[in-house]
Amino acid sequence: MTADQPASASASPVVEVRGARKVFAGQSGQRVEALRDIDLTIGRGEFISLIGPSGCGKSTLLRLIGDLTSPSGGSVTISGKSAHRARLDRDYGIVFQSPVLFDWRTVEKNVQLPLEVSGVPRAERHERAARMLELVELSDFAGHRPWQLSGGMQQRVAIARALALNPQILLMDEPFGALDEMTRERMNLELLRVWQATGTTVVFVTHSIPEAVFLSTRVVVMSPRPGRITDLIDVDLPYPRTIDTRELERYFELVTRVRESLRAGEGREAGEQAEAGRRVRAEGLSA
Amino acid sequence: MTVGNTAVVQPSLVEARRSLWRRVGDWLPAVMVAIGFLLVWQVAVMAFGVQRFILPAPLAIAGAFGTYFSEIAAAAAYTATEAIGGLIFGVAGGLLVGFVTARWVSAREALLPFAVAINAIPIIAFAPIMNNWFGLANPASKMAIAALLVFFPVMINTVRGLTLVEPAALELMRSTAASELTVLRKVRIPNALPFIFTALKVATTLATIGAIVGEYFGAPRASLGQYIVQHAAYFNFERSWAAIIFAAAIGISLYLLVLLLERLVMPWHASFRSHET
Repeated sequence: MTADQPASASASPVVEVRGARKVFAGQSGQRVEALRDIDLTIGRGEFISLIGPSGCGKSTLLRLIGDLTSPSGGSVTISGKSAHRARLDRDYGIVFQSPVLFDWRTVEKNVQLPLEVSGVPRAERHERAARMLELVELSDFAGHRPWQLSGGMQQRVAIARALALNPQILLMDEPFGALDEMTRERMNLELLRVWQATGTTVVFVTHSIPEAVFLSTRVVVMSPRPGRITDLIDVDLPYPRTIDTRELERYFELVTRVRESLRAGEGREAGEQAEAGRRVRAEGLSA
Repeated sequence: MTVGNTAVVQPSLVEARRSLWRRVGDWLPAVMVAIGFLLVWQVAVMAFGVQRFILPAPLAIAGAFGTYFSEIAAAAAYTATEAIGGLIFGVAGGLLVGFVTARWVSAREALLPFAVAINAIPIIAFAPIMNNWFGLANPASKMAIAALLVFFPVMINTVRGLTLVEPAALELMRSTAASELTVLRKVRIPNALPFIFTALKVATTLATIGAIVGEYFGAPRASLGQYIVQHAAYFNFERSWAAIIFAAAIGISLYLLVLLLERLVMPWHASFRSHET
């Protein structure tokens, strides 16, 4: 720790990941390096997408930020406090690929769940859940059961629930991965509207390049084995973004830029695999 | 205005009538099969002159049922008490051990394989031992065997229900800094309810079987098991069959009770959705 660190870190970061590593014990005892040397700073109100092929550790990085798993080395701080402290302070809202709504609760009661857990009084719970459902335009479905809703609507309920505690950070793990393309594009617009209405910081994991570019202020490109950040791409498309944004010249440029960046990471990996293949064949011959 | 009203009212009436018919339609095949079965039975016994000690006719059984109703009912009350007692002890024990086992991973790893193994052996074989331990005339001997039969499926299903929770649901709760107790109350227990009710339905049948088979090996005369055994020995097969009807009634009543309880406790469950929207 250097004492003479500049105090004027003006754009106060919300998330600071410093030299984070994550090593899992895989099957048959060998160690799997899921993340290596991750450094990432996320500013307040940013919309960050983590993109990369399967096994690049993007979900693991999301879980490190949310203190759902702890790093094997390095640190994660949220507004200057540990991720663990931030979780206990209920600074996170989280949305998964599956909506994880409970059938034994109505839509409204599902949204109220985090409020119940944190001991918000009944009247306020009701009032805040109603406001959240209004935000995702599902007020008419407050009394419905989750299974009576379409997939997209269920995911909107999950977003409402994640925002119910007014969290500093919204963590989203491929939230629209299970939806059809049309619904997905509509949900993207919905999410941007909600993000701009709440001003929360979003960390968004996705497989989809267009989705990442359309939503984000910055795209974090990752590559596997070991999982690491290979590129940071600023998305300078103007807000508010609309369906027309997807027609812009700059949008296509950025999509191409992300794609090439991903391919560069992949190419490196393909080279490594080819080499590994040659090694296996050579061993096979000598045996 | 009136046109508008009828337009609103009529579909709901039609809807109600249709759902009533659908309900009748649901039951009709089963009722027809039952009636047909009894009819064939009656006709076959009469036509082929089947000896009454091999298979009495339904009407003869119905006759015995009417004639000896009060004495069989008294025996059934005794047996029902044993079955219900065993059910209560077995379910309470199964739930208790299930919750403890689910909570502590080490206990689960140590106990669950044994529970599954024991559940696979025919526990009813212990009936004479239980009679010996508690005494033939003591209803506790039959309650013990019924409770033993009930215990394992309830315990195993409780553990499964409490532990087979979607990982994302647990991460969700973790992200809201929920305590273990909160997770138990708000996620694990509701998640376990369908498992537990499945076990309870099996348990009602098992408890009835346990009580009656236990009685076969010795019990007061006024019990269904002894009633069936003794009248079979005296060639009063109609009376044995009439007692079996009572035994079936006990099992079915307990089952329906669990079904009712299930609807009250978890009306949200998928199995009740067929007639909604």
